[in-house]
Amino acid sequence: MEFDALLLSRLQFAFTVGFHIIFPAFTIGLASFLAVLEGLWLATKKPVYRNLYLFWVKIFALSFGMGVVSGVVMSYQFGTNWSVFSTQVGSVIGPLLAYEVLTAFFLEASFLGVMLFGWKKVGPKLHFFATCMVAFGTLMSAFWILAANSWMQTPQGFAFADDGTMVATNFVDVIFNPSTPSRFMHMVLAAFLTTAMVVAGASAFALLARKAIAESRIALRMGILMMAIVAPLQVVVGHESGVVAHEHQPAKVAAMEGWWETQAQQPTLLFGWPDEGNETTHAAIGIPGMGSWFVAGDANAELEGLKAFPKEDRPPVWMTFWGFRVMVGMGLIMVALGVWGAALWVFRRVDGAKWYQRALVLAAPSGFVAVLAGWISAEVGRQPYVVYGVLRTADAVSPVPAGSIALSLLFFMVVYAIVFTAGALYILRLMAKGPDTEEEPPKDTREPPGSPLATGVKSATDKTPASGEA
Amino acid sequence: MFGIELSMIWAVLIAVAVFLYVALDGFDLGVGILFPFAKDRHERDQMQAAIAPVWDGNETWLVLGGGGLFAAFPKAYAALMPALYLPIILMLLALIFRGVAFEFRHHGRERGRKWWTVAFSAGSIVAAAAQGLILGAFVQGVNVVDGVFVGGPLDWLTPFSILVAAALVAGYALLGAGWLVYKTQGELFERARAWVKQLALLTAMGMGAVSLATLGVDPRVTYRWGLTMTSIDWSTFIVLAPLPIVAGGLCFLLWRGADKGQHLQPYLYTVCLFLVGYVGLAISLWPYIIPFAMTPQEAAAADNALSLMLWGALPMLPIILGYTAYVYWLFRAKVSDEASYH
Ligand code: HDD
Ligand code: HEM
Ligand code: HEM
Repeated sequence: MEFDALLLSRLQFAFTVGFHIIFPAFTIGLASFLAVLEGLWLATKKPVYRNLYLFWVKIFALSFGMGVVSGVVMSYQFGTNWSVFSTQVGSVIGPLLAYEVLTAFFLEASFLGVMLFGWKKVGPKLHFFATCMVAFGTLMSAFWILAANSWMQTPQGFAFADDGTMVATNFVDVIFNPSTPSRFMHMVLAAFLTTAMVVAGASAFALLARKAIAESRIALRMGILMMAIVAPLQVVVGHESGVVAHEHQPAKVAAMEGWWETQAQQPTLLFGWPDEGNETTHAAIGIPGMGSWFVAGDANAELEGLKAFPKEDRPPVWMTFWGFRVMVGMGLIMVALGVWGAALWVFRRVDGAKWYQRALVLAAPSGFVAVLAGWISAEVGRQPYVVYGVLRTADAVSPVPAGSIALSLLFFMVVYAIVFTAGALYILRLMAKGPDTEEEPPKDTREPPGSPLATGVKSATDKTPASGEA
Repeated sequence: MFGIELSMIWAVLIAVAVFLYVALDGFDLGVGILFPFAKDRHERDQMQAAIAPVWDGNETWLVLGGGGLFAAFPKAYAALMPALYLPIILMLLALIFRGVAFEFRHHGRERGRKWWTVAFSAGSIVAAAAQGLILGAFVQGVNVVDGVFVGGPLDWLTPFSILVAAALVAGYALLGAGWLVYKTQGELFERARAWVKQLALLTAMGMGAVSLATLGVDPRVTYRWGLTMTSIDWSTFIVLAPLPIVAGGLCFLLWRGADKGQHLQPYLYTVCLFLVGYVGLAISLWPYIIPFAMTPQEAAAADNALSLMLWGALPMLPIILGYTAYVYWLFRAKVSDEASYH
């Protein structure tokens, strides 16, 4: 394997976007979770909800910060590393990214300030509003970037201009291309699940350590509720994603499933070792017919295998195959944990279920694993194209010498290792400490003139004299 | 015809976004640049608290500038980014350290805290310097043939770009000092006033040196200002001569503002100073989006893309500016120890 500019750019992009997605996967769900917590607090005035909010908002701030800095890197990489791609598709997906900045990034970033620093400065309603705006912003942002990515997977509504670049013929078709709805749904649910697994895992850990009992019991139940409802839903939506992918990217699905021959009764492989050289999958253990049934709704349907595609149009099989299996495996684990938790809940045994709680602690990172595996499967499965069927990845790369990219990749790896290890450490430390249940006495405010407090705006805590500051 | 107008509108919009970035994140970076000069940890906490609620929104203008360039002028973006590859990566890496340090400084223990304090400051300095290198390399012109960058990986590294980098670091520090004058009180306020006075001088020198050096970058720039090697075209020069004079006046005003202990004025005068420099630069480089190689019309995205974005930007930009202003208003008070949520 030669380390040319193309390979290095691919590695760098995969590395940086792989790091980036870890944070959105968590912050999208967490922002909504925080909005719910604050809403519950405003509605019930129970201090547990406030304590939970103030606990998770610290973790949110850390994750969001890392999401922002790694995201800014992404937005420049289209130009630094994929400049031909940028020239070619700028007129088509550029507006989508512009809309993302205009409708989502500013909203998130501005109201984040109010959310983190406005607790004592603005009234509770306004603070709640800020939390909701941040949550809404994360969802908007996901929508636009996923629309752009979906268009790259299932392009439509474009034509070639005289200078050879692509232009949109219909932006509605571009934005709502065939895979946008299912991908957006699948990713949002993935984010909610990721958050649910972390919240449930951290709460179970606190319960096992007998900390913040009241808070952890509630948060654990919220996690279980999310898991029990969303994990099965995710299986359905994921299936829909597969159907869409099969219709538009049959080679990808063949690689995901490890099918080489075109035949009726395609199997679902539980295990296998794809071998591109010999065009076969070794040690395949599977259920015949089930693959055809999943994808086409008919066990006898004849579906294409990889051999139906010219070699130069096939994606790398191993990553696509195993990425898919890891994701689905995690999904099934989540379904099981959701059902188990729901059953315990029904029999009122959640709080004492030590083994269940230990399992949750173990499964806390499963959402991140599934998200990364899912993206790897989807993106590697799109290869060798960057815009499926239209623009090859090899033709999209910047005219930058390999040496520069090797250098930047090295620096990214070092910097990300330092920064994100520290971030993970701080988050884990906070989680190990658990929510703060101490009631501090209300502080006397010695605000200088001109501060909102002094001008009579009530702070969020003023409204509930019984509770203190956190 | 309409296409030309659209691309000009977008060129102006992106120029405005970049200027807002400089005026806003400039003071965030400036505060980081001044970090090593603070007296103690308490003072550094206050300095960071003066920008913590707004830095993220400020940095978003950079995303709009870059993303907007990609969306509205994909060909310029595709030619510039490879040319500026290394300094851009340097800036991004530095912004990572700067950005995470806001949170990490409060979570680290003794050693970690020291490390993130250094990272915050070094990140700010390097990010500012990298932006200066980018600006310098941009002004110098980029080696583009048929829309593709054909130069070497280190073309951006010249005495000129280093001069611009030094001047920009000084300028950002001035913005930061001005912001601290506005946001702090007591001892730190006094210290920030002194910083403003010193940095006003440095910045004036830096701007002057960069302006003169820019005249030497390309004969077309010299000509634009009515100058050639041997003669002066007074009718052109007279029209443009007020710019440096206004800049000098602004330097004096902001120096005096800090001397008299005004609060908001020094920062605002600094923004005006940056604006004058920016306009001067725009005059020098007009009408290129990549100096001497590509005009906005040549680089523009398809008309339907530009107009779709304009329909989004027209309502969204006022809304964004509105809630941004509102957030600034919420946090208008001078910083106090109450400000932190940690
Ligand atoms: C599913 C969602 C999702 C996906 C696939 C991506 N992002 Fe992202 N991004 C977000 C969801 C998100 C987010 C939830 O909006 C942020 C805000 C903070 C965070 O943790 O993630 C974010 C932050 C963020 C920022 C900083 C915004 C700010 O300053 O506030 C930029 C510039 C990008 N992203 C750009 C990208 C690019 C160029 C991507 C593609 C390669 C990308 N993101 C993939
Ligand atoms: C955030 C989650 C994402 C992850 C984890 C991810 C992952 C990856 C991976 C692993 C590759 C390398 C594939 C290969 O080269 O074999 C890749 C390539 C790429 N992806 Fe994504 N991707 C994500 C989202 C996106 C989005 C939202 C876009 C565009 C809007 C995008 C655009 C690209 C481009 C331009 C390439 C370069 C082509 C290439 O390297 O093959 N990706 N991505
Ligand atoms: C268990 C049942 C699941 C099935 C059948 C399934 C199916 C799929 C399919 C077919 C794709 C590829 C879509 C494409 O390339 O167009 C995909 C992608 C993806 N999956 Fe899943 N998935 C499942 C569970 C999960 C879970 C539990 C998560 C995360 C918590 C997850 C996260 C993702 C992500 C992030 C992607 C990439 C984005 C996308 O293309 O939608 N999936 N999934």
